[in-house]
Amino acid sequence: MRDVAVIGVGMNRWGELWNVAIRDLLAESVLKALDDAGIDSVEAMYIGCMTSGLFTDQEHLGAIGPDYSGICPVPGTRVESACASGGAAFRAAYMHVASGTADIVMAAGVEKMTDVDGGGATFALATAADQEYEVYNGITFPGLYAMMANHHMNKYGTTRDQLAQVSVKNHANGYNNELAQFRMKVTLDQVKNSVMVADPMTLLDCSPITDGSAAVILCSLDKAKEITRKRVVKVVGSGHASDTIQLAQRDDLSYLKSTELAAKQALDMAGKKITDIDFAEVHDCFSIAEIMVIEALGIAKVGKGGPATMDGVTAIDGMFPVNPSGGLKSKGHPVGATGVAQIVELTEQIRGDLDKNRQLKKANIGLAQNMGGSGASSVVHILEGV
Amino acid sequence: MSAPKYWREMAQRYRFEAAKCKKCGKVLFPPRLACPACKSREFENTRINDKGTIETYTIVRIPPSQFTDEAPYPVAIVNMGDNIRILCQVADCEPEELKIGMPVRLEFRKIQQEGKSGILAYGYKCVPE
Repeated sequence: MRDVAVIGVGMNRWGELWNVAIRDLLAESVLKALDDAGIDSVEAMYIGCMTSGLFTDQEHLGAIGPDYSGICPVPGTRVESACASGGAAFRAAYMHVASGTADIVMAAGVEKMTDVDGGGATFALATAADQEYEVYNGITFPGLYAMMANHHMNKYGTTRDQLAQVSVKNHANGYNNELAQFRMKVTLDQVKNSVMVADPMTLLDCSPITDGSAAVILCSLDKAKEITRKRVVKVVGSGHASDTIQLAQRDDLSYLKSTELAAKQALDMAGKKITDIDFAEVHDCFSIAEIMVIEALGIAKVGKGGPATMDGVTAIDGMFPVNPSGGLKSKGHPVGATGVAQIVELTEQIRGDLDKNRQLKKANIGLAQNMGGSGASSVVHILEGV
Repeated sequence: MSAPKYWREMAQRYRFEAAKCKKCGKVLFPPRLACPACKSREFENTRINDKGTIETYTIVRIPPSQFTDEAPYPVAIVNMGDNIRILCQVADCEPEELKIGMPVRLEFRKIQQEGKSGILAYGYKCVPE
C-alpha cells in the first residue's frame, strides 16, 4: 500500500434544485474537482449514491458520471451503502490508488431527492432499514433515531435542550457556509417547538431532503506533489465497520459500535489517538446521532455527549470543533453525496482555503465519519496536511 | 407488495417462530443461516415469548406513504427475554401512557392494507399487559 493524497475537491450549492437533473447535478461537482486539481480527466471514478432508482428512476450512474462529465471511456462504479455511500466510494477510490492499480482516481457522490414527494422520500430512505422487520411495522428513520434518543435520555439523563443544541450549533456553523442548503441560525426554542416528526425528534432535529453532489480526486502522494500547487492533504487513516441492520438486535440501543470500530481502524492506521485530531465532520443526520457519534469516537465520554455539546466542547471555537461546515443538519443531506462532501470540508479546512468567518484556527488533522442506516455501516477517514 | 414477499415471512409474523442455535443456544428472530455468536449453522425451531417489556419507543407522526392513514402511532422496541428484541407498533395504548419498562404482550393484528385490492398484511403488535 502506498501513500495517497487528495488533490482536488468540488461541491455545488446544495438545496432543492428543481431545474437540475441528476446527470448535471453530479457532473457539476466532478468538473469543479477536476478544475481544482488542474487536470482534465482521471483513470477511474467511484460514485456514491444510495437510491437514484427510487428517487429519479435512474440507475447506472457508473455510466452517467463519466458520460456527462465528458470523460468517457473512464470506468465508473456506483457504490451503495445507504447514507454511507459517499464514504464507501471514497474508501474504494483510496484503495484503488493505494494498491498501485491507478495513480489518479475520483470519488464522487450524488443524490437527487426532490423528484419525489415527502412520503416517497420517507419510503426511499427507509429502504436502508430492515424491510421485513422494521419498515413493515411502520417505523421511519426519524423514528429509529427517536427511539435511540429516548433510550439515551432514559439511560444517561440526556436532556431535550442538549439534543436541540446540536442543531443550534450546526446551523450557526452552516450560516457561514455559502454552499449550505439552510443558511439560517436557529434557537433552542425554535428546535424544540418545530413540528414533531417522531417523539422526541422535531423537524429541526432532522437533516433535510436535499439535491446535491460532491467530488474529490485522489492521487498517489509522489505524483500529487508534481500536480498540485495547493497544500497536499494526505489520507492517513481509513476504517469501515458494520453492525446488525436491525436496531433492535444491537447490545446497546444508543451506542454506535460500528463507529467505534471504524474509528479505531482509522486511528490505528494513522498511528494517532482521538486527542491528536483537530476537528471532525460527523454524520449528524439527527441531533441524537451527533451525540452518539462523538461518544463512539471518544470526543466525549459515553453518556456525556449531551453535556459536552451544551458546554461548547464541539462548537466552532471549542476544544474539538465538530461539523464546522454546518453538518448534515444545515448544509443538507443528499445521502450519497454526504460522505464525499465531508472530505471536501476536511481538505479545504486543512488547506486553509476558507473564508475567515469559517476557517478553523487549528486544522491540520481532520476526521470524517459517515454512517448508513441506524448505524449499521460506518466509515471513518483521517486526513492530514503535509 | 408481492404475494411471495408477504407469504415467506408468515412463520415469524403469524407464529413468532425463531431458530435456536444447537451449539450455543442463542435464539434468533428472524431465523438466520449462521449463528452470529458461534458461527454454527445448525438450529432447531422455537418460538419467542409473547410477553416482554418496552425498552424504548417513539410516536411516528410523519409516516411512510403506506401508513398515511394510521399516523400518529406508537412504535417500540420490546425485550422478549432470551436476548431477543423486536420492533413493533403498540396498540390499545394512548401515546401518553407509553413508558420505558412497561410490560406488554404480543398480539396478532392487521399491520397494513394495500388499497382496495391489495394484500391485507398481518403480523404482531404489542399491547399493554
